[in-house]
Amino acid sequence: MNTNNTAAIEKQKRGLGLKASARISNTIIYIILVIMSIIWLIPFVCIVLQSFRCESTWIESYVIPQKWGFDNYKALWNSDFPRWYLNTFIIALVVSAVQTIIVLCMSYTLSRFRFKMRKGLMQFMLILGMFPGMLAMIILYRVLDDLHLTGQYGNAVPGLILVYVASSGMGYYVSKGFFDTIPKSLDEAARVDGANRAQVLNKIILPLAKPIVIYTVLTAFMGPWGDFVFARYVSQMYPQAMNVAVGLQSWLATTTMVHDNYTLFCAGGVVVAIPVAILFMCLQRYYVEGVTGGAVKG
Amino acid sequence: MKRYSDLEYLRLSKGEKFQYKLTSFFAAIPRKLWGLVLAIGRFFKNIGTGIARECTDVFLTFKNGDWKTRLSFLVMGFGSIARGQVLRGLLFLIFEVVFIWFMLIPSGGAFWLKQLMPFGQGRDEALNCVTIGTEGPSKGYDEILDTFIQVPHDNSFRILLYGVLTLFFIIAFIYTWRANVKQNKIAEQILRSGKPLKSGKDDLRSMVDDNFHKTLLALPLTGILLFTVMPIVFMILVAFTNYNGANNNGYTNALFGWVGWDNFKTMFSWDVGGVNYAATFGEILTWTLIWAFFATFTNYFLGIFVAMMINKKGIQFKKVWRTILILTIAIPQFISLLYVSKMFSLNGIVNGALKSLGLIKENIDFWGSTAHNALLPRVMVILINIWIGIPYLMLIATGILMNIPADLYESSRIDGASGWKQFSKITLPYMLFITGPYLLTSFTGNMNNFNVIYLLTGGAPTNPAASGAAGSVGYTDLLITWLFKITTGSGTKYYLASVVGILVFLVVAIISLVVYNLLPSVKNEEDFQ
Repeated sequence: MNTNNTAAIEKQKRGLGLKASARISNTIIYIILVIMSIIWLIPFVCIVLQSFRCESTWIESYVIPQKWGFDNYKALWNSDFPRWYLNTFIIALVVSAVQTIIVLCMSYTLSRFRFKMRKGLMQFMLILGMFPGMLAMIILYRVLDDLHLTGQYGNAVPGLILVYVASSGMGYYVSKGFFDTIPKSLDEAARVDGANRAQVLNKIILPLAKPIVIYTVLTAFMGPWGDFVFARYVSQMYPQAMNVAVGLQSWLATTTMVHDNYTLFCAGGVVVAIPVAILFMCLQRYYVEGVTGGAVKG
Repeated sequence: MKRYSDLEYLRLSKGEKFQYKLTSFFAAIPRKLWGLVLAIGRFFKNIGTGIARECTDVFLTFKNGDWKTRLSFLVMGFGSIARGQVLRGLLFLIFEVVFIWFMLIPSGGAFWLKQLMPFGQGRDEALNCVTIGTEGPSKGYDEILDTFIQVPHDNSFRILLYGVLTLFFIIAFIYTWRANVKQNKIAEQILRSGKPLKSGKDDLRSMVDDNFHKTLLALPLTGILLFTVMPIVFMILVAFTNYNGANNNGYTNALFGWVGWDNFKTMFSWDVGGVNYAATFGEILTWTLIWAFFATFTNYFLGIFVAMMINKKGIQFKKVWRTILILTIAIPQFISLLYVSKMFSLNGIVNGALKSLGLIKENIDFWGSTAHNALLPRVMVILINIWIGIPYLMLIATGILMNIPADLYESSRIDGASGWKQFSKITLPYMLFITGPYLLTSFTGNMNNFNVIYLLTGGAPTNPAASGAAGSVGYTDLLITWLFKITTGSGTKYYLASVVGILVFLVVAIISLVVYNLLPSVKNEEDFQ
């Protein structure tokens, strides 16, 4: 009885001790997390605040505007920005559709079929991926120029779509990893029942692959919004041919440009970021699945 | 180096173990490199024997085949048509007709190839090299406009481009021709064994069934071939020319020609017209490697740390913390990078805030634009890259941490392991094992991380020691941003850019091969399963 009691008291003491130390470490973690959240959020809060600033267009060392208003958004509407936005939107729509088809074709084939050149093909693409993509770009841009698909001919959208889509087969890793996890017995069962390979893909695999299809569409759609290098080459810095990234960067290219356009840039950044971020946040579950799956498989 | 047996190794102290591992890692590198050389040799030997085998097979098919087969050597697809496989035969025939038509039309394949070949062509006496094409653009008098205009003649760029395309087409033709010969051989064998041949309908059906993979791969591989392989081959060739990319209404200003290894020699020489390219390249490469190392590992460990904090038992609002971090992924990177870069500018928000808090009196020159200070901007890009990179790593680490079997922690806790012990003995080895390949790809990815560097600093502050080199080289420039600068703006030098590109490839390839072969998850795959 007595020993039992002491054991119980001992246990309680240890429990209390544990709880106290856990509380301290949890408090420290909360403090770190709060500080981190502030650091991570500051730039986004500041950019939104500064986009409403009316008293000056250049960089100021304070955040809260002295005079609030929609001047920057109105000015945005009258600048080249709507054109850039439209360019990027068209590119993103087409690319997300075509790139998804190409990536799925590629990854499904490499995951499910065993043909003679499979290993060699994958090694070849691995080596190909080690060349900087820009190396191919600087020559493709000359070819596109020869085909009159660059900025100086007024419209860079078809050329950019071609460039983004054509090499997208190289990015098959993540979705191949996903297809590898779908059991092969499903295919075999359908084949025994008399389905051909195309029917297996359409009727069995694709419905199961919804998460990875959404992941591919999402990343393909987000890509063109953030691409700077390729769009920079193909647009040749002609304003009507730029996408949002190149256009907004051109507003901050020189000191005088920054002086005239800084708040305009903030407003443009907000207009670009909000729809993309909302779309991403709605589909983030699929993105997280894709990212974690892809990294684990290497 | 002394090698220990397993038993001897176990007896070593911790420091000695670490030292042993480290020295054996570096001692293995020459062996790996030598293995690489051998593998390349084997690769070419395999190609040689493969070609020899194909040739004998073609010869035997001709010798043993009937007249239909023999005629197919000249008229592709004839054998297939004669044996009733009309669809296949027609495709072969059409391909041959298109090929011959392409080669023979004026300004077709033969035309480009003839100009591409470096025999008996024009010479550029000033540069002492064989030019591609013979006659450059000249001034011509236009009577209608009553002015001098530029008259294009040969265009080296086009000759090289279409020459390479023609070579690709010829290779494709040889491959198809070989397939045509093989078809005949197989058809003869099938007929001899008394079975019927496949009909055109069967062929179509097999496109969605037995040969479905060919249907699926056709489009992606064509894209990769035309838009990745072809340009890379082209740029490798450009490294051996003096093509500078100067653009004049779509025509190059003058012919360019083959200069052999001169561009590589330039890149590795100490003094070319007063510019020390070797030192410039060395400096940028060193910074690229330092950057890649820090950018990869700071993100990696801090990302794991943050993931562990958020996932710790008893921490509330897990979803909120995660969502705040994910916001940096959701917002297009160029916006946050450009904005953050301006936040840290001389008269930016950060300096303003620090001043009003009374922490500093003078504005801090974060980007070193006036001071030509190399260290501070370099530290800044690494720090901001942490801000960009932690959310990704947090997501990845969260996924993996949840997969670590809980009983590992349970049993270690019973054995009295502290929190730190658990981390260093269970969590970290497990993470490193699983994410080894990811670490490698993220290292090479960071070496080519154009966006973070270019949008934050644009390579600035300028490096006065490298002022004469192509592109304005700065202290935070990576090889990839240097490549970009060489090919844009005025005074482009495509030939140097392609040399840089090839060198980047070599560095990435060597690092990948060496590290990949030493990775534990490749060496002993069963360890954690």
